Amino acid sequence: MKTRYTYGGDEHIYVEIDEEMSLDAFFKSLSMSNAVRDANIPGVTEICPANASFQVKFDPDVTHPDEMLKRVKELEHKADSAEKCLSTRIIEVPVYYQDPWTHETVMRFRERHQDPSSTDLEYAARINDYESVEEFIEAHHSQPWFVSMVGFVAGLPFLYQLVDRDKQLQVPKYLRPRTDTPKLTVGYGGCFSCVYSVRGAGGYQMFGITPMPIYDPEQEVSYLKDFMVFFKPGDIVKWKPIDREEHDRIAASCEAGTYTPRIAKVDFDLEDFNVDMAGTNAKLMEALNGA
Amino acid sequence: MALKIIKSGLSTSVQDLGRPGYFHLGIPISGAMDRYALRAANMLVGNPEDAAGLEGVFIGPEIEFTEDATVAVTGADMPITVDGEAVQSWTSFSVKTGQTLSFGFLKTGARIYIAVSGGIATDPDLGSRSTYPIGALGGIEGRPIAAGDIIPVGSGSVRTAGKSVPNDLRLVPGYPAELRVLPGLYWNRLTEASGEGFFEDTWIVAAEADRMGYRFKGGRPLEFVDREQPFGAGSDPSNIVDGCYSYGSIQVPGGTEPIVLHRDAVSGGGYFTLGAIISADMDLIGQLQPNTPIKFIRVKMEEALAARKVRRENLQKIREGLA
Repeated sequence: MKTRYTYGGDEHIYVEIDEEMSLDAFFKSLSMSNAVRDANIPGVTEICPANASFQVKFDPDVTHPDEMLKRVKELEHKADSAEKCLSTRIIEVPVYYQDPWTHETVMRFRERHQDPSSTDLEYAARINDYESVEEFIEAHHSQPWFVSMVGFVAGLPFLYQLVDRDKQLQVPKYLRPRTDTPKLTVGYGGCFSCVYSVRGAGGYQMFGITPMPIYDPEQEVSYLKDFMVFFKPGDIVKWKPIDREEHDRIAASCEAGTYTPRIAKVDFDLEDFNVDMAGTNAKLMEALNGA
Repeated sequence: MALKIIKSGLSTSVQDLGRPGYFHLGIPISGAMDRYALRAANMLVGNPEDAAGLEGVFIGPEIEFTEDATVAVTGADMPITVDGEAVQSWTSFSVKTGQTLSFGFLKTGARIYIAVSGGIATDPDLGSRSTYPIGALGGIEGRPIAAGDIIPVGSGSVRTAGKSVPNDLRLVPGYPAELRVLPGLYWNRLTEASGEGFFEDTWIVAAEADRMGYRFKGGRPLEFVDREQPFGAGSDPSNIVDGCYSYGSIQVPGGTEPIVLHRDAVSGGGYFTLGAIISADMDLIGQLQPNTPIKFIRVKMEEALAARKVRRENLQKIREGLA
């Protein structure tokens, strides 16, 4: 990993931890952005961790940009020596794969896709060398995911799967972005999965939909009463495949304000994970299934 | 006190100085595109400078007042009338109960700012009244205003009308407009010749120009330094592993049409950015109409900070002139 420091105009410091995506780069970006927050540098107004980078927004009238860059840079050794351990939570997110709503949208925007004669899932399965869509879906939900960034639009999580690099699924984005994506679509682009928190434009391939709202500015959804955004970087997610019947049941329950997502508190140690991925993931699942 | 919206204009929205602190969750700062103009309008009517006003774009709204108020309109040059009588921009004026404020055709600039004594008093979300439609936050139900809306206004001391901002302190873009850029971020992705060409070319404001971002066209396509794309970045040379975007940052998807992210910016994504517009020139972008020619001017950090100081001093001059 080679960390690069640069300015985004006169109000931002941008730190690229690594050019390529990895859990190591994500952990370092998260611990450095935490270190910047804890350092309480005068003038800092926003700290945004991302997949393999982070950004600090500040008032250059309070702290000169050169001084700010120096202060941020000094925190790198702290992040390098920090324990790569995270106290976090694992959340089960139900997904109705190949649902009728994203399918309708898939068909509506075929001419913007690499392969207009396949669906997004058929295309993704084929280019990742899976025999069938079912096997590809299995690979998508069998192992858990890390929320490595929240953003693009309000409350949208980017997720990175907790598997070896050679098992990572990879798909390109649409050739030209769609002007529409159903709310709560489970999407895929590059090596990232996402959940579209609101309806709108999008370029990720569409695999399915979750009935579970993740952004609610009215804060009427039972588990969004404390804050309108559900996900934060460091959350761990396990997709649970569901059918139409279960989708409708959960959607009704969310609507009635009675749905409680299955969540367990867990500790995640990156070094343990790197030594034994299957074992670490099995422990995460044990905690989730016991919740 | 309230404003009755007779006609909404084009995407007129409630805006203040924004909602900092939630960009890490994808919620942008929002607030007035031209903050200089909103501050000046608020000063003219005796409001705190961060009070909420109305931002109108290209076509002004028509508003009936339910009580007497002092009003100021700043920003773009658009004829203003009260019950058909012309009034001056960048100058405070009185509106009596039952009178109607309306606007003529836009002449220059793009956005007007309407400040009313007492300030717009809609319910704030996350500490701000600024409208962010994608996230349904602020304003009226998180959307631009519509005909029939009744917009509450706070009670404030009514400042004497007739105060004015001197001509030389009114911010207007030049022609072609000049936008100063600090190269940085993923600037190193461009070949040297292509980087120079970006500043040599004249660009035109495209039709896709809104609160989220301004698109430009007409310059030469950019050329990238050859590399094997990093894992997770995507196959196009303009792709990076999805990262944060800076306000004012310039992304160029596919290397063809630059997009400058503005107050309602998406917080991140997978396109390289070549640098950012300096903070002092962000207001100016809010006053650019589609088809306006512009030049990107390369500057260094010290010039960006000097420009920031000039902007601050100009606001102080307005403040002192009205005291």
